Amino acid sequence: MTLAQAKRGQRLLIAAIPNPAVRAQAIRFGISEGAEVECYEKLPAGPIVVGKGKQEIAIGRRLAENIQVKPA
Amino acid sequence: MSHCHSYLDHIDIPEGAKKIVLVGNPNVGKSVFFNALTGMYVDVSNFPGTTVDISHGRYGKDVVVDTPGVYGISSFNDEETVARDVILSADLILNVVDAVHLERDLFLTLQVIDTGIPTIVALNMMDEAADQGLKVDVDLLEHLLGVPVIPTVAVKGKGVEEVKTRIYEARTGHIPPDLKTHLQGMLNRIGSWAEALLVLEGDPHVAERHGVPAGDMREEIYHARRRRVNDIVKHVVSETEEGASFSTKLGRYMLRPVTGIPIFIAVLYAMYYLIGVIVAQDIVGFTEETVMQGMYEPAIRAIVGKFVSEGSALGAILIGEFGLLTMTVTYVLGLLLPLVVGFYLALSIMEDSGYLPRLATLVDRIMTGIGLNGRAIIPLILGFGCVTMATITTRILGTKRERTIATSVLGLAIPCSAQLGVIAGMLAGIDTKYIAIYVVVILLVLGVIGKILNKVLPGESSDLLIDLPPIRLPRGENVLKKTVTKSYAFLLEATPLFMVGALIISGLQLSGLLESIQVALAPLTEGLLKLPKETATAFIMGIIRRDFGAAGLSDMDLTPAQTLVALVTITLFVPCIASVMVMFKERGNKEGALIWISSWVFAFVIGAIVAAFVI
Repeated sequence: MTLAQAKRGQRLLIAAIPNPAVRAQAIRFGISEGAEVECYEKLPAGPIVVGKGKQEIAIGRRLAENIQVKPA
Repeated sequence: MSHCHSYLDHIDIPEGAKKIVLVGNPNVGKSVFFNALTGMYVDVSNFPGTTVDISHGRYGKDVVVDTPGVYGISSFNDEETVARDVILSADLILNVVDAVHLERDLFLTLQVIDTGIPTIVALNMMDEAADQGLKVDVDLLEHLLGVPVIPTVAVKGKGVEEVKTRIYEARTGHIPPDLKTHLQGMLNRIGSWAEALLVLEGDPHVAERHGVPAGDMREEIYHARRRRVNDIVKHVVSETEEGASFSTKLGRYMLRPVTGIPIFIAVLYAMYYLIGVIVAQDIVGFTEETVMQGMYEPAIRAIVGKFVSEGSALGAILIGEFGLLTMTVTYVLGLLLPLVVGFYLALSIMEDSGYLPRLATLVDRIMTGIGLNGRAIIPLILGFGCVTMATITTRILGTKRERTIATSVLGLAIPCSAQLGVIAGMLAGIDTKYIAIYVVVILLVLGVIGKILNKVLPGESSDLLIDLPPIRLPRGENVLKKTVTKSYAFLLEATPLFMVGALIISGLQLSGLLESIQVALAPLTEGLLKLPKETATAFIMGIIRRDFGAAGLSDMDLTPAQTLVALVTITLFVPCIASVMVMFKERGNKEGALIWISSWVFAFVIGAIVAAFVI
């Protein structure tokens, strides 16, 4: 499944981030392939907010559609 | 080992002095340390070719340089490029880290350590960490990093003195052995450990400076670094309790549309009240009319008038209606300065409280419809204050494509505050029906232009990917400092453009061209827009200053329907001369001209359509 399909409150494992530039930026925020995150918030047709520890990151919907995740 | 960088050449570095560079993520409290180290002597300058401001000052015989808040050293945007260049030239780095967000902040710390530059870490916000039930093992962190770590609560002054006295204990930290091996291989060709790291991480600019191909190890190095950060955090941080605090909840409310939209409306209203009412009416009324036009202009006319007659060409240029010493100075200091300060004050408060990234997230969906992402809300909101200033801030957008769309939308559909005041006044006098039509037409144009450009322009816009910092009460000192810095930088950039604009208008007036244009435009206004031909004068005035144009209209005898048509046209058509010049400067001559000319065409076509329906 993709991150865009996640539900609020769901815990997820990041499986794949295809875009190398996005991958590099996400990894600095603590979100890398293999990381476990929680879907904090899901705006209607809008960004997905994921969190890991105290860190929160907003990811645009189109980007979220390209991030592969697995339920943790 | 330091390299020549254009900006750093401006800083006078005495013989034998060390360059101490402050590094940290955004909003971790770097500025408190900067102030503590440098005291009062601070210079702020704009980094060449960017909107990024750099402060520097003295600590003893050494020089302290601040850098913009970044999440890592590379070149994903302007801030990072500037920070990277300053960091690479450092003799010693003071890395400020937010104890609550070690998982995020230590990534930068490890990258800094990997550069091989002597480093010392200030572990800040220890009180907030304690409040959130986090316990950090400082000794173990120091041991794992290999550099001194000093716990601090900078805003309360705790630990700041210790950082000052121990700053020269900065030392090279632990660099992973396999990375070291790779670096040594690269070192022969680069000569600097730090630059070798950046080349290895595939930074194209640094590689180009050394004439070597960029490395392809970024992924590998980043992954290893991330694993080390996670490992360190696992060992040094223990959580004693959990539970969402009020600020965490408030942060969520700002995101959810049901609560987020009312919060946004409340924030907009507060901004409108501060800028539209307090600043634009009360303060500007005093500074522009009473001080500048009432006291300054007569004085300067009297002084200059002794040497140059106001009737002469030189006199007109200097102290005439659009004179360099009269209109330009009044405009910049009396009107623009208070507005700009008001806007940057509001923006700094939003920025420091952590609201802005949440707003960007909230509006992201709507913005993607016009080919922008949520971050573009910043220049669009700024546009309601001053389109010129907003056009400069489009630089924060990720791609050239987004900057083009945002600049076009700003030029066309966003009325600036000076104009907004007059428009609101004129709309208030006519029927509610016309006000509704006005708002709908302007919003429709904004949406359609965005949609069209999104379709027509090649490439893709960047997606939203932002860190949401915690919601906290902004600190007055920091907000004021930011406001002053940004306002100053804006005036520095915009004032020469106003001067050129004033010169052009004076030239047009002196040569009689201004009148010819008025006459030439008359058929267009009478024929197409069904307005009296005198409105042409208002349109010409609008080029000089948008509100002059609107103000010119309010003196005329128009029916409510004509008022609507005139206002729609004047809102859509060309922005003031200063913003046109900034547009050309930012977007280049070709694109600038295209946006400028199409704004005229659009204004008259849409004005004519509205006229056909209502008149």
